[in-house]
Amino acid sequence: MTYLDHAATTPVLPAVIAAMSQAMTLTGNASSLHTSGRAARRRVEESREAIAAALGARPSEVVFTSGGTESDNLAVAGIYRARVAADPRRTRILAPAIEHHAVLDVIEHLVAAEGAAVTWLEVDDFGRVHADTLAAAIAENPADVALVTVMWANNEVGTVNPVRELAEVAHTHGLPFHTDAVQALGQLPVDFTHCGADALTVTGHKVGGPTGAGLLLARRDTPITPVLFGGNQERAIRSGTLDVAGIVGLAVAVQDAVDHRAERAASLAALRDELIRAVRVRVPDVALTGDPGAGLMDGGPSRLPGNAHLRFPGCEGDSLLMLLDAAGIECSTGSACTAGVARPSHVLLAMGLSENAARASLRFSLGHTSTASDVTAVADAIGPAVQRSRRAALAGARWR
Amino acid sequence: MSRVLAAMSGGVDSAVAAALAVEAGHEVTGVHMALSRTPGTLRTGSRGCCTVEDAFDARRVCDLLGIPYYVWDLSEDFLDDVVLDFLAEYAAGRTPNPCLRCNEKIKFAALLDRAVALGFDAVATGHYARLIDGTLYRGVDLAKDQSYVLAVLTSEQLAHSMFPLGGLTKPQVREQAARRGFAVAGKPDSYDICFIPDGDTHGYLVDKLGSRPGPVVDVTTGETLAEHDGFFAYTIGQRKGLRLERPAPDGRPRYVLGIEPVTGTVTVGPASGLDVRMVVADRVVFPGGRRPDFPLRVQAQLRAHGGTVGGSADLVDATLRLSPDSPTRGVAPGQTLVLYGGAGLDETAAGPSADQFVIAAGTIVRTG
Repeated sequence: MTYLDHAATTPVLPAVIAAMSQAMTLTGNASSLHTSGRAARRRVEESREAIAAALGARPSEVVFTSGGTESDNLAVAGIYRARVAADPRRTRILAPAIEHHAVLDVIEHLVAAEGAAVTWLEVDDFGRVHADTLAAAIAENPADVALVTVMWANNEVGTVNPVRELAEVAHTHGLPFHTDAVQALGQLPVDFTHCGADALTVTGHKVGGPTGAGLLLARRDTPITPVLFGGNQERAIRSGTLDVAGIVGLAVAVQDAVDHRAERAASLAALRDELIRAVRVRVPDVALTGDPGAGLMDGGPSRLPGNAHLRFPGCEGDSLLMLLDAAGIECSTGSACTAGVARPSHVLLAMGLSENAARASLRFSLGHTSTASDVTAVADAIGPAVQRSRRAALAGARWR
Repeated sequence: MSRVLAAMSGGVDSAVAAALAVEAGHEVTGVHMALSRTPGTLRTGSRGCCTVEDAFDARRVCDLLGIPYYVWDLSEDFLDDVVLDFLAEYAAGRTPNPCLRCNEKIKFAALLDRAVALGFDAVATGHYARLIDGTLYRGVDLAKDQSYVLAVLTSEQLAHSMFPLGGLTKPQVREQAARRGFAVAGKPDSYDICFIPDGDTHGYLVDKLGSRPGPVVDVTTGETLAEHDGFFAYTIGQRKGLRLERPAPDGRPRYVLGIEPVTGTVTVGPASGLDVRMVVADRVVFPGGRRPDFPLRVQAQLRAHGGTVGGSADLVDATLRLSPDSPTRGVAPGQTLVLYGGAGLDETAAGPSADQFVIAAGTIVRTG
């Protein structure tokens, strides 16, 4: 099996499985006062310290959650509500339309249900938000802004945003800045203090950790109203019994991602470039979406090293995916939808691509288990798959 | 072994059809057709196809069969070729059959063409019909027989089709589904039109086509009896819901006898006015690819359920002409006329039987 969908989820690291298995043999609620409780608490706090050290944060800035969606929801809704409570004029949220649905949909909920307004920040043809775009959006009325949220790197096309610069712009107006760093971790140098964000989302399963374990890094002075209420765990920002084994596994994965980031990023970029080259040999008119990846951004590459988002003119991504799946190659067309009905990606449309171009897309995402033989498998299968997909698209057109 | 695409609605029939294709040794892929961009605007609940719940049911069957499962978006084709066609036909005063149109334009056209282009050999569906040497026979379960809604398929379309359920009865299909552990084994049958959520065709048509008032005219006296809000709300043969305040002079019930779309006139009259002694149909297809010698004795079917009559048929200037053995009723332009051949057609009382096969189909243009 050729697994090239690491941006969806990654194979769990053996060290994570070992640490979690061991942790699951132990009883103890980290909030209990007895011996088992204290032992559980110790495992949680050691994990918190390891994660904080790996991400350039303080332990008290780590808020454990159930993953990326919860962290994004907590950051956006929590900061929005706290800011509105302090000053009811601050109802405007600034975000680009290329955000993950975990950010987009909570914003849309706040607009529909809580009177929020939104200014969608324009992106360039690579899907990047520019600092002057943000500055102009703020300048419309700095007093009515609740928060700014811009993802570190886009999950579909891999383009990296100038997060530090964007955070600076927000801070010149005293505005809180959140970034979803789910895809960035492990491939880009992610340092909370250095990047200047006030809140930052991370999840475990994109870096070889468990699904259902994630965290929000949040500065102590960032106002956040809780979304979950109960036992007042995690600075009372996120109630709920702590998932000790999940947190232990998350810490092992985050540490591994940061420790091996530099050499993994280099080898992923080399494999990715080889994959693009090999596909282009078979399909000369293939196009790469997003930043070409040659540049630098905050000390890292300007494109996620594991991301190859390709457009195959005349094809439908759906049928390509099915044909490659039948050939043992697993990739993605973009973001999945509940009913499984593929809609053209909102990210690609925001970048100015047509619906047809957007539908002709496939995302290959490489990660810690990817090898040269994965690239060979794609090179062998892609030519015939593209031919068939083109025939199918023409067959479809006949009935339109 | 061939590569088979099983069209999976999420119902029990297509589930068992897919299972039988797998057990016959084919390499099967399950595909659920998304026919609406906004799932949930089609029929909701457990009654039919095309809801999120149905897509889920189809997926679970594929899980159990261990076959790949995908959802294909055919909503544009469905809107253009089935829904808009349905509305246009009603607006023109005809009575379309959207299920038949869906088979002709979607399942065995858009879906089949795409499947063949992608390397599949055939599309398998849960229809109750049998294909024997390229000839389309009625399903053995005459109560469920669906050869009528497949009769418009060309021989080329049939060559890439599989109907694994043709030799089974509905209870047998349910029993097979239960034996395989399919959760859909007890799922209710669907009867209504899938894109009319509440089954209220009249309300749907008024909503989509708008109110188009016109007179209801007595065929004998020429007198206008009432105003209606849209001729498309009426079907030839309809008796109930005419909203006529004055009874007929002879006290007999009145029926819709004719619909004239240009003036919006609906004519009503006595039951005898419904008797049809000649049916003319065009857009003729011969699904077996074989054109028999006309004239010939046939069993004719005029509706998806029931409406069978013995008669003789002729082919004149590429139109089919049916002379029923006895006057028949409930025949409206737009409906499809399907002619069946088989043994025992000389007996005037012969009804449908499993050894009958489709010899021709056409769209009814007029009756006399």
